[in-house]
Amino acid sequence: MDDIYRSLGLAFELIARADASLIAIAALSLKVSGLASLLGVLPGLMLGGWLAVSRFPGQPVLVLLINTLLAMPSVVLGLLVYLLFSRAGPLGSWGILFTPPAMVVAQSLLVIPLVAALTRRMVLMAHREGGDQLTSLGAGPVLRAGLLLVHERMAVLTLFLTAFGRAISEVGAVMVVGGNIDGVTRVMTTAIALETSKGDLPLALALGLVLLGVVGLLNLLVALAQRGSHVQHEALA
Amino acid sequence: MILEHSKNSAPVLLQLDGCGLRFGAVDALRDVSLAVHQGERVALVGANGSGKTSLLRVLHGLEPCTSGRREQPRAPHGGAWRQSMLFQRPFVLSLSARFNVQLALWLQQAGTRAERRAAALRALDRVGLLHLAEQRATTLSGGQLQRLALARAWALKPDLLFLDEPTASLDPASKREVESLVTEFAADGLTVVFSSHNLGQVKRLASRVIYLEEGRVGFDGTVAHFFGGRLPAGAEAFVKAEWPGDQRWGKG
Repeated sequence: MDDIYRSLGLAFELIARADASLIAIAALSLKVSGLASLLGVLPGLMLGGWLAVSRFPGQPVLVLLINTLLAMPSVVLGLLVYLLFSRAGPLGSWGILFTPPAMVVAQSLLVIPLVAALTRRMVLMAHREGGDQLTSLGAGPVLRAGLLLVHERMAVLTLFLTAFGRAISEVGAVMVVGGNIDGVTRVMTTAIALETSKGDLPLALALGLVLLGVVGLLNLLVALAQRGSHVQHEALA
Repeated sequence: MILEHSKNSAPVLLQLDGCGLRFGAVDALRDVSLAVHQGERVALVGANGSGKTSLLRVLHGLEPCTSGRREQPRAPHGGAWRQSMLFQRPFVLSLSARFNVQLALWLQQAGTRAERRAAALRALDRVGLLHLAEQRATTLSGGQLQRLALARAWALKPDLLFLDEPTASLDPASKREVESLVTEFAADGLTVVFSSHNLGQVKRLASRVIYLEEGRVGFDGTVAHFFGGRLPAGAEAFVKAEWPGDQRWGKG
């Protein structure tokens, strides 16, 4: 128990004095996962919206595939991206393996099925309520999906946060494609894994606390935005 | 079946010829043949599940006939007759009331942005919601929401307006407001087809009544005939149940 308290104390000390390596690792994590979420959310929204409003042969198979991909272990995805960007791989000439861009690609691919599945469910429900009326006004399937996403924009914000949470907390994919190179591709989760194996618990705990803090702060911001929107509704009603 | 409306010489806006609509094993509509003429105010009546909403959806083109056909003759300007539909529970986007109307105009590719904005404000003014133009539509009351949906439908300058039980969930004051707007629109020459459970409303608004029974047309004639004339057994029983005898035309 003493070890935990001591480690926690040292972790808070590292955070309080804004330890340089801690800041560098946290900043890279935010940059990589933020960018990956942005890049992954857009195709995820489009794919989910499209699957919700359109009917075509093979659509149920595609939905099943996306739902299955939700359970894909990040380390397996990392391996696939590794094979893609390795020297012998089809995109080996890009030379981005063991660099942050490869990590961004891996995390983007990780969040796309998550965003697509959640978007499909969200748009499907909104479409049941208003799809016919938008059709009646002259909106085609793609436009309906787009308008319903605008209608559900606060939910889209929550969805982005979910994607970011998934990206920043995964360790397998970034470990495989990034290589956990100090000062280059070391992010919070890979650093936590490494420092724990080395026995440097304070830094691992400090990084864990920063990770939780970042996600908690984003959650708070989204909750405040939703509350603001709700209060505005109430005031206008 | 009584078909007095066939004497109508006004242009036909829509026509169903032996239209059936089937959902799985359920026949929502069976062999429905009718024509909607310009300037008519057609009420669709019948018990729950008789096919009123299905018929409106087929007429509006939201559902295709699974047998028979739906024909939409060309309007004098060469294109199709313009249609709008007002649903029982209007769906509005979580944006301003004005933007909801403007969006409908944009979807129809009507005018420039400034023209659409002006048209949206005119429509909101017409239904008495101009003061709420910038309010988020999802915060409006049931009656205001229905008026907004009417403004949205009217802004599209339709030749034909479909209304699916437009006042079903409204309080009496809102019901009167919506009814009076529909009456005004009809007086301007708009052709109206609406479904209703409220025979008082049917008597006030309609010029023609179509009674549906298990997806079939059981009566199709003038409102005067429906409330005062001899009816087929099913329609007679329906009117007796929904509209006590002492209120019938000429007696109430």
